Amino acid sequence: MATLLNNPTYRGYAFQIVFVLVLGWLVWDIIDNTARNLQKANIAAGYGFLDRTAGFGIVQKLVDYAESSSYGRALLIGLLNTLLVSGLGIILATVLGFIVGVARLSSNWLVSRVAAAYVEILRNIPLLLQLFFWYFMVLRAVPGMREKWTLFGVFHLNIGGLHVPKLVLGETAWVIGAAILIAIAIMIFVAKWGAARQSATGYRPPVGWINLAVLIGLPVAAFFVAGQPLHFDVPVFNETGPLLMRGFQADSGMTVIPEFVGLLLSLSLYTAAYIAEVVRSGIQAVSRGQTEAAASLGLRPRQTLRLVVVPQAMRVIIPPLTNQYLNLTKNSSLAVAVAYPDLVAVGGTVLNQTGQAVEVVSIWMLFYLGLSFLTSAVMGYFNKRAALVER
Amino acid sequence: MNRKIASILIGATMALTGATAAGAGTLEDVKAKGFLQCGANGGNLIGFGATDEKGEWSGIDVDFCRAMASAIFNDPTKVKFTPLNAKERFTALQSGEVDVLSRNTTWTMSRDSSLGLQFVGVTYYDGQGFMVRKALGVSSALELSGAKVCTQTGTTTELNLADYFRSHNMPYEVVAFEKNEEVLQAYEAGRCDAYTTDASGLYAERLKLTNPDEHMILPEIISKEPLGPAVRQGDDKWFTLAKWTLFALLNAEELGLTKANIDEKKTSDNPEIKRFLGIEGNFGEPIGLPADWAYNVIKGVGNYGEIFDANIGPSTPLGIARGLNNLWSKGGIQYAPPIR
Amino acid sequence: MNAPSQTFVSDVIIPAQAPPRNSVGINGWMRKNLFSTPLNSIMTVILVVFIVWAVTPFIRFTLIDATWSGADRQVCLQSSGACWAYVKAYLPQFIYGRYPIGERWRVDLVFWILVIGMVPMLIPRAPFKRLNAIFLLGIFPVAAFILLTGGHYQFAGRLIPNSIMPPSPLRFAIEFGIVSAVILFFVGLFAWLSGRPIAGSGNVVGTILAGIAAVLALCSIDFGLVPVETANWGGLLVTLVVAITGMIASLPLGILLALGRRSEMPVVRLASTIFIEVWRGVPLITVLFMASVMLPLFLPDGVTFDKLLRALIGVALFNAAYMAETIRGGLQAIPRGQYEGAKALGLGYWQMMRMIILPQSLRIVIPGIVGSFISLFKDTTLVIIIGLYDFLGQIQASANDAKWASPVTGLTGYIFAAMVFWAFCFSMSRYAAFTERRLDRGRR
Repeated sequence: MATLLNNPTYRGYAFQIVFVLVLGWLVWDIIDNTARNLQKANIAAGYGFLDRTAGFGIVQKLVDYAESSSYGRALLIGLLNTLLVSGLGIILATVLGFIVGVARLSSNWLVSRVAAAYVEILRNIPLLLQLFFWYFMVLRAVPGMREKWTLFGVFHLNIGGLHVPKLVLGETAWVIGAAILIAIAIMIFVAKWGAARQSATGYRPPVGWINLAVLIGLPVAAFFVAGQPLHFDVPVFNETGPLLMRGFQADSGMTVIPEFVGLLLSLSLYTAAYIAEVVRSGIQAVSRGQTEAAASLGLRPRQTLRLVVVPQAMRVIIPPLTNQYLNLTKNSSLAVAVAYPDLVAVGGTVLNQTGQAVEVVSIWMLFYLGLSFLTSAVMGYFNKRAALVER
Repeated sequence: MNRKIASILIGATMALTGATAAGAGTLEDVKAKGFLQCGANGGNLIGFGATDEKGEWSGIDVDFCRAMASAIFNDPTKVKFTPLNAKERFTALQSGEVDVLSRNTTWTMSRDSSLGLQFVGVTYYDGQGFMVRKALGVSSALELSGAKVCTQTGTTTELNLADYFRSHNMPYEVVAFEKNEEVLQAYEAGRCDAYTTDASGLYAERLKLTNPDEHMILPEIISKEPLGPAVRQGDDKWFTLAKWTLFALLNAEELGLTKANIDEKKTSDNPEIKRFLGIEGNFGEPIGLPADWAYNVIKGVGNYGEIFDANIGPSTPLGIARGLNNLWSKGGIQYAPPIR
Repeated sequence: MNAPSQTFVSDVIIPAQAPPRNSVGINGWMRKNLFSTPLNSIMTVILVVFIVWAVTPFIRFTLIDATWSGADRQVCLQSSGACWAYVKAYLPQFIYGRYPIGERWRVDLVFWILVIGMVPMLIPRAPFKRLNAIFLLGIFPVAAFILLTGGHYQFAGRLIPNSIMPPSPLRFAIEFGIVSAVILFFVGLFAWLSGRPIAGSGNVVGTILAGIAAVLALCSIDFGLVPVETANWGGLLVTLVVAITGMIASLPLGILLALGRRSEMPVVRLASTIFIEVWRGVPLITVLFMASVMLPLFLPDGVTFDKLLRALIGVALFNAAYMAETIRGGLQAIPRGQYEGAKALGLGYWQMMRMIILPQSLRIVIPGIVGSFISLFKDTTLVIIIGLYDFLGQIQASANDAKWASPVTGLTGYIFAAMVFWAFCFSMSRYAAFTERRLDRGRR
């Protein structure tokens, strides 16, 4: 008996069995309690409630939704809104983050100091506070509902949001879409051809110009061929009539609501500060010898940056960068604080109307977990490829 | 070794929480712990459930809890308040975190039937209304077509709003916030044309605006919002106690019993008053209370009319008229079954 | 003819010439750092304009146009600057929330105890680190708990049926004794079966049990403090309680999870990995929602948790997952030789971890731990979404108070909150950088 207990293998087994039993008991206990509590509260478990009529309005919807739509549809709207704000936020944060990160390494004292100040200020203030600040700041700064600021004659801004012309697709608009796809395919082909040509002859054909021509030319040609199937729906601004009717007419043009602007602004500014740090450490991770070697090989500074520094820095930058992207997506759930109807905000409303706490929370978790796992899968793939390139 | 420590800790935590574990009935539990745990409004709703700078609670909903504490302990101060938001209030009651939920909660069928609660009665007949800027020049909710409306999410107001605008074929846009602090800030900033919630809430929130006089509450009431306290389902004795505490408040007003005059009314010959004060019969015993429980309630907090006037009546900053909330004998619909 | 010898080598040292005027002094510095190229010059000018454009209104709002004193909102209604008078009036509430005024000295006392315990801990050269850590992680939480809540908990027990013995502290004591005896019995049995000295294992477990008993006993003593429910806590108090408790609670849990994820037992590894990844994959808000609306459903009938406690559980579990990853980084940084050496010396797993690995890896991860404390500290603001009034929540709630409502009140509150949070977080991040530099030096 003593030898058996002192044998690490058996002890390992025994420990794991006990571990599983305790864990199983805990989980079972939780499930059992939940079931009993739900039964007591007369709440039917299950996802059947998703088909019931929601009955509440949502301020921003990317696809059709009305009060008579189902809870499931409402959650879909929320999900799309989350994806929209995260997607745009990621793009903005990346651009800004790279600019600030590079600026921190600038030889210009003022530029690097301002970049450093940006990072240190934004990183050390809670995002929720920044969100409130930007949202209410935006609300206070812009003109009221019956007035507007106009930029370039097409962008109008007031407290109701940013009003821009809406692109309306005609019936044959698919032709343009197809043209864009074909253009992209041609561009990839041209790029490959150019690279092959360069390694064969040492002469680099003007790939960039050809591609630009293709990218612009083909869709424009398609636009006319298809009979100009695009037009803009311009927002209508009423200056007369009863006070309530003045201002931008509903359903005219496209409106970007201030909740979205506030959320997008705070998410991108906040995350950009983190991305800047990632970029800075990535660039610093490329040793100076690499730049010097490139210079001695006769590469120009721009070529050095493009062919030597950036590819190496990217390998260091991308893993923490994806982490920041995930953080931004998760942080977009703060939308609930400023009435932007994202998945968590809409889910919260559904939860409260139906009392289906377990189901709604499980939907939230599934979505965010799915997103994380997807990202880590993509990351794993990327790491493998990066590792292959490495000698 | 460390796993064992963890399990010991879990055990200890369980034992610790055991201190609050329920016994036979809510009343016994409340008596055992020596105070009533009352779920109140965490959003500082003036006149219904709010705290001042010193953390002192006041409001109609709060006073109902004090009335129950008076009935049980003959001491209106033996009550502790848990501030709750709209979302967590039902869970708090279901899980036993609070003994009674008195937080301007609308009595609806689904809440009564499928959330595991039971509404005790109606402390305030309310309805959903709209607040707009006077400058908007709107005098009726029917003119709000195309309006942007701010509201708080997680309440019935969102649904009523949708129903109202849909049934009148008016387009609208709803901006739904998580907390009423945010609704108010957004409305104040001009994000919305109208702010909708229970009319009583509108009166309370208007006081918090920079210039309350620039805003008005539209006459339309678009929904029935009977607000009242709720208790957990399945404890009839506790339910009865809560119900009759409310009835005692109403009956006292009807009988003319006030905090001030209740002692002299002890000599009254009116049999109804005698029964109320527990001089004749013992109506407290079946609900687990002393015979003079109703006397204690009124002595502790006053009658319904007094509570109303002190918290939201015309002489308060809210200045809400009795209206529907008057006694049935005075043109309202507040009506309580007799104590006999 | 003797021509005079000509020397072409100077026999005096030629004095060094001053560097060109435009490369020294402020002028040269500016040339070098601000206007080195045309592009740089343009950027400098643009930035200077931008700074003036952005900072001037801020300074005007916060300082020049600000209202510094007054009794109510009348002083701020017409003002276009910050309403500091409002912050002044509400400062106690921002710090203590609704904590009863007469009892606020208790909060102050806890705060000073924390400072006294913390400062020597943060100074690397201060002695008695071990005692200090025991004070901070062991004595301080209990003292703070009793001071803040008032203590005097009535443990009633729940294992023995009411019919045999009514709920009472005595019942709880008996139950605790029984549970302890059972645990000690199994420890003894295990030691006996594996042929080890029984006293050794028993001592450790016995000490821990005695410690728990002592803590529980302390909590049940009536110190004459008025009990203050957590519903009345608020402001900075809640922010600090959530952040510090979340931190202290997540540290041991994070260590266990990190060890579990690196364990050789597949089941343990899998469970730890799933736990860590699930919590790291979801936003804190959903965790808090879960803690506030779902946790009550998980518990048996009649068992309830305080709202603050529920949030704390959510925050601690959430943070533990992040902490586990930080600590795992530290564990991975320890060279293999250390593990092998420890095993070669015949140390068991826990001995190896306790005496060799963890002391080294925890030192490495100190900057990481401070970093995750900063994010936790910032994240505590999210508790306002489940209806707790932390520092930011208290500010937001008071900005709508009828007495102080004005167009600038809200913005003033937010700026004040931002400054306080920034001061906290920035100093902590400086400290993290300091420890990092120190570690680097040590390793070099």
